[in-house]
Amino acid sequence: MIYLELFWTFLQIGAFSFGGGYAVLPMIQKYVVQQQQWITLGELADITSISQMTPGPIAINAATFVGVKVAGVGGGIIATIGCVLPSFILLIFLAYYFFKHSNLNFIQNILKGLRPAIVSLIALAAISLTMTAFWTNPQANLLSSDNINHSGVVSAAISLIFLIKFKLDTIGVIAIGAIIGILISFI
Amino acid sequence: MITYRQLFLKTFKISAVTFGGGYTIVPVMRDVFVNKDGLIQDDEMLNLIAIAQSAPGPIAVNTSILIGYKLKGLKGALITTFATILPPLIIISIISYFYVQFQNNPIIQAALLGMRGSISAIMGYAVFSMGRNTLKKQPIFSAALMIIVFLLGYFTTLPTIALIVASGITGLICFGWIKESLA
Repeated sequence: MIYLELFWTFLQIGAFSFGGGYAVLPMIQKYVVQQQQWITLGELADITSISQMTPGPIAINAATFVGVKVAGVGGGIIATIGCVLPSFILLIFLAYYFFKHSNLNFIQNILKGLRPAIVSLIALAAISLTMTAFWTNPQANLLSSDNINHSGVVSAAISLIFLIKFKLDTIGVIAIGAIIGILISFI
Repeated sequence: MITYRQLFLKTFKISAVTFGGGYTIVPVMRDVFVNKDGLIQDDEMLNLIAIAQSAPGPIAVNTSILIGYKLKGLKGALITTFATILPPLIIISIISYFYVQFQNNPIIQAALLGMRGSISAIMGYAVFSMGRNTLKKQPIFSAALMIIVFLLGYFTTLPTIALIVASGITGLICFGWIKESLA
């Protein structure tokens, strides 16, 4: 029963991929590439790069991709549901407990520590994303003009103006970025 | 208040345009639910992100589960989960049949480069305003912890979850035992 196998495999991946993002890749490699041999390592690399270009987290994208490849669209849906189910159940319990007891002192104290940490973690993510947006190869010489990604820099600057001056919503700003990128590619 | 339909449409739209995974979706959610609609407080949003981090799975899905639960209970959580996974599900299902062409299409490549620039501006701006809000309360403690977590995250390979657990414990110790004297 291929649907059941897909569901069970991605349920495990969903349950054990702490940290999000690329943390899920070794799990997919172990369960999907090595054990089940549903996709090759090369295809996993392809999904990773496609994931950068499409909406949605890499775990969801990989689940859909593998599911569709193995058992059509139905397989994609089953694998994706399997992938989100563990965190869904766990979070509902956590949220229930949290909202019920959020006025407890010790929870408030924990949160006082967590909030600044989250800001820093988002700052770190913002920096690495900006590196890949502004430079073709962030590891190479950052001052070389060949390495600078002009459409990334220009659209970031224009986006910032739209965000701060015109209070445009972020979805509109992302659309403007896409247009700027296409326009600059024609220059 | 927000209807189920609005909740679905807002979450669907956010998920459909947010590329790159990870934290990139968080500032967009914050923009919609905190800044535009005022349905959630900035502090509360950071709480939700913190809880989202403490479960396995992608932060984007986890955060939207919690936003749904916060606004509309269990049914809300089901709606936001569904609305978040639907756009990637549709797009990847289509792409999986001709992904090589997609990957090499110059127009798509160019649009993505521009979008990446926009997202870095959005994230930078969100970090700035979230940081400013966080520093309003317990400024010395918050600033010190922010700097330490930033440096540890930048220069070491410590897993994110370790940094989060350590920060939670730090908060517990500083405010539980040493009390508000740091504030």
